[in-house]
Amino acid sequence: MHAAGNDQKSTDPIVRFEKVTKIFGDLTVLRELDFEVGAREKITIVGPSGSGKTTILRVLMTLEKPDGGVIYVDGEPLWHREVNGKLVEASEKHLRKVRGNIGMVFQHFNLFPHMTALRNVTEAPIHVMKMPTGDAEERAVQLLKQVGLGDKLEHYPSQLSGGQKQRVAIARALAMRPKVMLFDEVTSALDPELVGEVLGVIRELAEEGEMAMILVTHEMGFAREVSDRVVFFDKGQVVEQGQPADIFDNPQSERTRAFFSAVLRH
Amino acid sequence: MSELFDWEFVVEILPRLLGGLLVTVEATLAGFIIAVILGLFLALGRRSENPWISQPLGAIVEFIRSTPLLVQLFFFFFVLPRYGIRMPAFVVGTLALGLHYGTYTSEVYRAGIDAVDRGQWEAAVALNFSPWRVWTGIILPQAIPPMFPALGNYLIGMFKESAQLLAITVTELMLTARVIGTETFRFLEPITLAGVLYFLVSYPAALIVQRLEARYARSR
Amino acid sequence: MQPQSTWVKSRNYVFWIIGVLMVGVAMGVSLLANPPETAPFDLLPAILRGLGVTMQLTAGGAALALVVALVAGIGRSVPNVIVRTITGVYVEVFRGSSVLVQMFWIFFVLPLEPFNIELSALQAGILALGLNVGAYGAEVVRGAIQAIDKGQIEASVALNMSPALMMRRVIIPQATVRMLPPFGNLLIELLKATSLASLITLSDITFQASSLRQTVGRIPEVFGLLLVIYFLLAYPLTLGVRWIERQRKWAS
Repeated sequence: MHAAGNDQKSTDPIVRFEKVTKIFGDLTVLRELDFEVGAREKITIVGPSGSGKTTILRVLMTLEKPDGGVIYVDGEPLWHREVNGKLVEASEKHLRKVRGNIGMVFQHFNLFPHMTALRNVTEAPIHVMKMPTGDAEERAVQLLKQVGLGDKLEHYPSQLSGGQKQRVAIARALAMRPKVMLFDEVTSALDPELVGEVLGVIRELAEEGEMAMILVTHEMGFAREVSDRVVFFDKGQVVEQGQPADIFDNPQSERTRAFFSAVLRH
Repeated sequence: MSELFDWEFVVEILPRLLGGLLVTVEATLAGFIIAVILGLFLALGRRSENPWISQPLGAIVEFIRSTPLLVQLFFFFFVLPRYGIRMPAFVVGTLALGLHYGTYTSEVYRAGIDAVDRGQWEAAVALNFSPWRVWTGIILPQAIPPMFPALGNYLIGMFKESAQLLAITVTELMLTARVIGTETFRFLEPITLAGVLYFLVSYPAALIVQRLEARYARSR
Repeated sequence: MQPQSTWVKSRNYVFWIIGVLMVGVAMGVSLLANPPETAPFDLLPAILRGLGVTMQLTAGGAALALVVALVAGIGRSVPNVIVRTITGVYVEVFRGSSVLVQMFWIFFVLPLEPFNIELSALQAGILALGLNVGAYGAEVVRGAIQAIDKGQIEASVALNMSPALMMRRVIIPQATVRMLPPFGNLLIELLKATSLASLITLSDITFQASSLRQTVGRIPEVFGLLLVIYFLLAYPLTLGVRWIERQRKWAS
């Protein structure tokens, strides 16, 4: 299965949501959510559309601002700062500091179309981490080789297939050495025959074991294979969570059962 | 019989008219540079999250766009000296031209920036780029090239509308033509020729812009 | 950082009004150079004496432009090559130079040999405005006609409609909706362009203001007031065009 090394996980979670609330208009998408991810844990969040699972990722990646609650990344509050023991809203500077620990791969890739694959991967290390160009390029070449695109360094996104684009996106996010990687339905926009190559790359990352990974996906078989924990999320709440085998084979809640039977019907 | 078109006269006045055309071109280019730079700042300012910046700028831009260039020319030409700001008519005219068209180019910039896919912003945030880097490295390089046709059209428009500078005594092409007319009592040749000169510059330029538009439409 | 929506939230209109006030203050500051003994509003009637002419130019120019635009725009879209070429030449010639050049030509050159057409300043102004804006309008019409879905034409042919009938009942009604916002914008440009008629001695509001400058001085107030008058005329039209654009988005 997976050499997760459960016993090696540090006791402090790398991500902690404390009573996090997010409201869009009159829709409460996250409802005082408590949620934790261990330092090397691989988590998959599954659930119906509109359940709020993508919002968890987006709020963590600072793409949306929570309306209530606190998010901790590696012990430090993300949207807040501790000033004299009290929590105060954080400045953009603080956000950028904590944000560096998190990386994200998007459903629609969002590669920079005016840059080659290589430059897409070196751009952030050079300009954000202030890495020397030579070092950044070396690392980028290594990462692109790792995702199987060593021969596509000078290609532009428009010249790549969907699966190749997504792999470049993964390499780009990895180049920033995040402690937590977020995968937002990264295969949902791909043609079926290209899904496998991307899942293969993610599987390898999971087996390496270094980072925490949070995946939102519909690929149930893959989730089962790769995760330490599966979370079933619906209507803004965690309905059930546990080891993949327990959740998939023996769901406790009625809602979980209904969801899986609907999904597995085709 | 009195000639329909005195070609000898045409040859006589052509150098003078070309001199006026040169002034027109200079004013147009200088004004365009101002408009292009000013437009970017206006566009960024109007997109600011700070309403103290975005709203007053919005009102100022709408005001300038809703009033004629000619009246703005008069305003600056006659009002500025009262504050001790004495500039040559050419400079006043160019600045007013640039200001007026800067409001138009700011709309082009706004549309171009809005046209950049939202996902690009999100990827830039996810990769923790600084705001400066997001603009200069990611957003503007994608937003600006498709704007070239629209900016090109405004350049051509400025070239034609620069004729209004004659109202504040700038010796551009139209004023030169009219002065020749009042001096020699022959209006047919100079004014017709001026019109032809405007056409000879703006029509080919318009064709070039059309080609540019087709090229960007194809690559979308 | 977020990409900002270009629609203004309603509570931001407070700041918008502040912006308008800032423009007013800027103009007021210019009064400091020459403090007025009386409020500038006594200048208003003098300037507004030209309003009738401005309105005549706008209305006349717009009417002529509309007719010309429809004729030339349809002419650009018909299969007949000769008609297309002639209207094409008209459009390119009048778009190739500015209204001012055309106004001068009509006013100064037409009365002379060999044309001998003597026009009043008002007629010259309306003619120039109408022909110039009409050329731009023709392109709008042509674009709107060509944007009609090909399927509409094919269905009309299948129903054995004559080209004229098809144009009248199928194409023009659909094209008209598409033409309204650009026509609205052209109208605003026309309104602003009427100011150029002051340069061929027409007593519109700009001419009145210029005259006042020579007799009374008080330049900041005179031209400041003039700018405000144009703004009050043009900006409601701008809002109207935006309103039409919004309606159209929901209708289609």
